Amino acid sequence: MDKSPSTTKTQYKKLAQKKELKRPILKNCINAFFFGGLICTIGQGIATFYMYFFDFTEQTVGNPTTATLIFITMLLTGFGVYDHIAQFAGAGTAVPVTGFGNAVISAAIEHRSEGFVQGVGGNMFKLAGSVILFGVFSAFIVALIKTLLLEWGVI
Amino acid sequence: MLIGKQTWEFENTPTIISTGIVGGPFEGNGKLSNTFDQIYADLWLEQNSFEQAHQLLLESACNHAFKKINRTPANVQFLIAGDLINQITPTNFTAKKLQIPYIGTFSACATSMESLALAANLINSKNANLILTGASSHNAAVEKQFRYPTEYGGQKPPTAQWTVTGAGVGLLSDKGKGPKVTSATIGKVIDMGMTDPFNMGEAMAPAAVDTIATHLNDRGIEASYYDCIITGDLAKIGRLIAIDLAKEKNLFLNEDSFLDCGLMIYNNDQEVFAGASGAGCSAVVTYGHLINQLNEKKLNKILIVATGALLSPLTVQQKQSIPCIAHAVSIENGGV
Repeated sequence: MDKSPSTTKTQYKKLAQKKELKRPILKNCINAFFFGGLICTIGQGIATFYMYFFDFTEQTVGNPTTATLIFITMLLTGFGVYDHIAQFAGAGTAVPVTGFGNAVISAAIEHRSEGFVQGVGGNMFKLAGSVILFGVFSAFIVALIKTLLLEWGVI
Repeated sequence: MLIGKQTWEFENTPTIISTGIVGGPFEGNGKLSNTFDQIYADLWLEQNSFEQAHQLLLESACNHAFKKINRTPANVQFLIAGDLINQITPTNFTAKKLQIPYIGTFSACATSMESLALAANLINSKNANLILTGASSHNAAVEKQFRYPTEYGGQKPPTAQWTVTGAGVGLLSDKGKGPKVTSATIGKVIDMGMTDPFNMGEAMAPAAVDTIATHLNDRGIEASYYDCIITGDLAKIGRLIAIDLAKEKNLFLNEDSFLDCGLMIYNNDQEVFAGASGAGCSAVVTYGHLINQLNEKKLNKILIVATGALLSPLTVQQKQSIPCIAHAVSIENGGV
């Protein structure tokens, strides 16, 4: 163990890997598939509800549906249930808008003890900030490509 | 007295005469719940922030230790303690409240044994006759600093660990009744290039094995000298790795007497992934369960090897590997 440090590091990695518990990827994928699907089904239910009882069309129903899902996420996060669901569902709760909502809301709750401005305001987008940044940036790039292609008459 | 490379032997019998252990709600449902002096039913401890709750944990543990033997902070020469929060503020604020001359310590989750080793050394060298020492951690305060917000729904891998909410302290005296601290080995920082902060056991195991091997070598004893060798928070994976790694060094650790605090504190049905961790983990198990066992003579010679991962969220994001340390302290019924 005291000889060449570089070989010991690789040797140790080998030894440690034998004992490591792997993430149950297949189980996680199946859980995520069904849980993500369930959330989308609920979303569809909410959308249908708004279209049926209120003056929304298929084009305009997206916003109130998203808002409702985020509101439900807020309640589940605030009551401390969401993180337990997420441990089971994984990507199933992270990928839909609920995951984004939870990232914002959990950070806001966590930093309430540092006040509204420096605490909640300063930390609310700690996790979700990069989602917004790269979301907007990739939308910009895609729009740019489309505009150029249209200008050149390719599409 | 220094023996061997990095071990102190204490011939003047520093004695643990009193302890104080408090825990949070999750610990109250654990295996060792009856060893706590007080269990708080709420993670907030009726405070305004998790950090203040953290401070109250330590304060409360100290008060329990005093109450048991009718002493006050005025009788104590030094407070040697630490925690995991930035600039160890929960301990600093407790020291402010108690008004005991204070030495703040940090070795991540090995803080408990670093503090006990220093305390025993001061008592042994007659530079003090009563020292308060310990460590604490608070699950939500630590998660907030090192990982994600408490309510964030990130899926944790099975190698992750659960930070203990609790504080354990001991009063160390040059005389009195109780188990004696007989020796201590101060560990070196060992880094085997591991980078996964969700697998601390794997990163810390080499440090634990190095310290155990050095300790046994310095004292000139076999592992079987101790009734138990107990690591701090290697948890499931780290413990198994440590046994294998020790074997490569021709050091045979008996599966039944090589225990881990991180695997002792919770029930099997509690969702803690690989096991418990945190500065409070080794502190509450040592000053609670293990000292009880020593006092009841169910155990007579134990070696506690607290393990710490010396990382910060910054070093992890900057893709540095995880340096680790382990400090060992032997506690025995009867002196050296």
